[in-house]
Amino acid sequence: MENVTTAGHAPAGAHAHGHAHLHDHEQSFIWKYVFSQDHKVIGIQYTITALLFLLFGFALMALMRYQLAFPMQPIPVIGSLLGQANAPGGIMLPEFYNQLGAMHGTIMVFLGVVPLAVGGFGNYVMPLQIGAPDMAFPKLNMASYWVYFIGGVVMLTSFFIPGGAAQSGWTSYPPLSVITATDGQTMWLIGMIFLITSSLLGSMNFIVTIIQLRAKGLNFFRLPFFVWAQFVTSFLLLLAFPPLEAAGVLQLMDKVAGTSFFLPSGLVVGNKVMERSGGGNPLLWQHLFWFLAHPEVYVLILPAMGIVSEIIANNTRKPLWGYRVLVYAIIFLGFMSFVVWAHHMFMTGMGTTMSSFFQTTTMIISIPSVIILSALFLSLYGGSIRYNTPMLFALAFLPMFGIGGLTGLPLGLAPSDIHLHDTYYVIGHFHYVVAPGTIFARCAGIYYGFPKVTGRRMNDVLGKIHFVGSFIAINGIFFPMFIQGLHGVNRRLYDGGVQYAHAQPVLHWNQFMSYSAWTLMAFQLVFIVNFFWSIKGGKAVGSNPWNATTLEWTATSSPPLAHGNFETQPEVFRGPYEYSVPGRSTDYFPQNQRD
Amino acid sequence: MSDAHADDIRKHVKTYLMVFGTLMVLTVVTVAISYLHLAVHEAIIIALAVATVKGSLVALYFMHLNHERKLIYYSLALTVVFFLFLMIIPLATNLDRIRIRY
Amino acid sequence: MEIPYTVEVRPDTGLSNGKLGVWLFLSSEVMLFAALFSSYILLRVGSTEWPHGYQELNVPMAFFNTIVLISSSVTMVMAWASLKMNQFGKFKLYLGSTILLSFVFLVVKYFEYEHHLAVGEGPWHSTFLAIYFTMTGLHGLHIIGGIIVNSYLWGPGTKMWKTEPVRFTNRIEIAGLYWHFVDLVWIFLFPMLYLL
Repeated sequence: MENVTTAGHAPAGAHAHGHAHLHDHEQSFIWKYVFSQDHKVIGIQYTITALLFLLFGFALMALMRYQLAFPMQPIPVIGSLLGQANAPGGIMLPEFYNQLGAMHGTIMVFLGVVPLAVGGFGNYVMPLQIGAPDMAFPKLNMASYWVYFIGGVVMLTSFFIPGGAAQSGWTSYPPLSVITATDGQTMWLIGMIFLITSSLLGSMNFIVTIIQLRAKGLNFFRLPFFVWAQFVTSFLLLLAFPPLEAAGVLQLMDKVAGTSFFLPSGLVVGNKVMERSGGGNPLLWQHLFWFLAHPEVYVLILPAMGIVSEIIANNTRKPLWGYRVLVYAIIFLGFMSFVVWAHHMFMTGMGTTMSSFFQTTTMIISIPSVIILSALFLSLYGGSIRYNTPMLFALAFLPMFGIGGLTGLPLGLAPSDIHLHDTYYVIGHFHYVVAPGTIFARCAGIYYGFPKVTGRRMNDVLGKIHFVGSFIAINGIFFPMFIQGLHGVNRRLYDGGVQYAHAQPVLHWNQFMSYSAWTLMAFQLVFIVNFFWSIKGGKAVGSNPWNATTLEWTATSSPPLAHGNFETQPEVFRGPYEYSVPGRSTDYFPQNQRD
Repeated sequence: MSDAHADDIRKHVKTYLMVFGTLMVLTVVTVAISYLHLAVHEAIIIALAVATVKGSLVALYFMHLNHERKLIYYSLALTVVFFLFLMIIPLATNLDRIRIRY
Repeated sequence: MEIPYTVEVRPDTGLSNGKLGVWLFLSSEVMLFAALFSSYILLRVGSTEWPHGYQELNVPMAFFNTIVLISSSVTMVMAWASLKMNQFGKFKLYLGSTILLSFVFLVVKYFEYEHHLAVGEGPWHSTFLAIYFTMTGLHGLHIIGGIIVNSYLWGPGTKMWKTEPVRFTNRIEIAGLYWHFVDLVWIFLFPMLYLL
């Protein structure tokens, strides 16, 4: 790491970190905390930014839920702040509703959940777990964060341009996305190109780091499962994202250079034939989009599985059941995720041969998911389980992800998908995977990793209140979606289905879901308070508060050293989860302990 | 590669120049064939074959893929598999709808 | 703090970080262009009319550009070989030629574009020209990226040759790998767009 020194003036932020630090390199505030090349600082930057985006994306949804619960009624208080262009008299316009929907999806997936798990947790924890002094390319790591940041800024500013943000859904299907006259979609595409570049830089860095910088003795089958999850995830990001970048460039050409990559000949818009050369293929976008976006689902889930595995092994005080099986399953899962994408496209008339092919691959990909979930359930058997906050979130992940996964099966079969396609059932399905599944695992990760970063534990009572409240509220939001979806209520309806006769019997759920959503938001306040209070006021703990076995806890202090992570280069002698080894005085056997 | 002796490098240089010559010849060949205005079918096969040979020469000799580490081959093999998925599957899903022109 | 294996190779993988990194980067680039090639195929087989490249585009100019780009690839690999043989002067000459040839490529490309735009036939004119401009444009951006990297290594970057010659040679090899890839993409673009 370059030593950017400033001649004898104290760093402006020195007061901000009170713990005893090795002040061997006096760095100015800007190089230490803003343009840092230290993977730990970058990890924290990613975590904070991603959490803010999650909160923002959630707020967009809270607004939409008002419109769904009380269609065409003025939003109290907040409504007047949205501006005349978006909500005249506090009543949300359909265009604004569409913007909120498109940006909620985009922000949650590309700016929130993935950066939190990969850029945040992965960046901070993975090098520590493999005994590396830093990432292989610290400068690229920094660039990756800042490119992500710019992408986020572009997305946010698109709300303030005339006509507002993108409004064609997070999937941005053409022709709609191209023919919409406003510039929001153009901003969306530019933002996406930044985000894709960022994840490319990050994933390359992750793979090289895991392959090249493992500590002595840490062979691939001694890697903690979290590292495996990050490894497979990085390959998905590396190889699945570029086609979306290409698609983004093509759609950008359609938007700004007047091309017709996605516009068929003779397209009629507003009773007028569009003056375009035509000859394009709208389905081309769907292929390129889902070529990324299906692996992207696994980019969301795999790190969650990694986090949950670590926490379950630690809190059951026994080795993971079937570590090798888990590893093979996750590799197979990653590979298969590249050949299932067109199950999002059964309605496009792809023909029976290809639709059979994709139904088959989709059923096959459920096998490794079930293996992983089963292995984690079996890991609980016979353990003396510690029910602390991270463990509660990790345990909740299992059935929640299970519901999300199982409800996906009818969507992966063309005959049932015809009924369920584009209904609230789909929304319920993938939210069970992403929200109570993946985001709960992220919460578990924050509670579990907090002592690593700050040297203090988060308050357990507040944590449990956060858990119980969130668990009940989040099911209150997403479970009724299955009911509505089975009745055929479409997604993306501005009024939640008021105008449809078939929606009437299930319409009353809309208010229930909205109240659940706002309750969920209220319980996040508990988390936010706990988070900030614990930084200073949490219970101070030693370097290994959970009595864990992996290097990030056993080979360095909490918080870790600023430079190089480890005082002496750790060496690894055994697998990652040697808990309750018979004949030992402690119930954990650190990876770096000789005997 | 990094421990190669200077004499080895001189041999390599000779190979590079031969490859350069071959690439030039093949470029002339592929352009010359295009002036014959063959039917699209044959033209595609010939042009792709020539391009593949040229591309392989660049990859094998200039990019040293004729003697590289296993790990590089593994990651490239994975890429090639996904490359093929991406080339074939979107086309296959359209077969029922589109008319292949010759 | 030192990152291990930036210069020396890790014994069990036989690779340095940079070498592995650039190949992963190129893998990702392969997927980027794969998507565009796939789009080309899908658009072409689905079209009702598709011109022969030689009817719309200037084959002699592109033929000249192909020769230029292949030559620049050879000078690139010769630049690396010169460093290996400890001939720094020759290295400067060869890498300088690579940069010069890349500029020649861009200038020729500029005249090709100019010719189309002058008669109002931009990317909006037809799907064929759309994919032509997009693919050659993206390839052109890769050329510009290569020029920036190579110019740095030819100019200010050479300082490293005095302090860490092995690391500098590796950098040239890595820049070369990228440059050969750009050449390789063109080798496929040329027949696909111009000759078929």
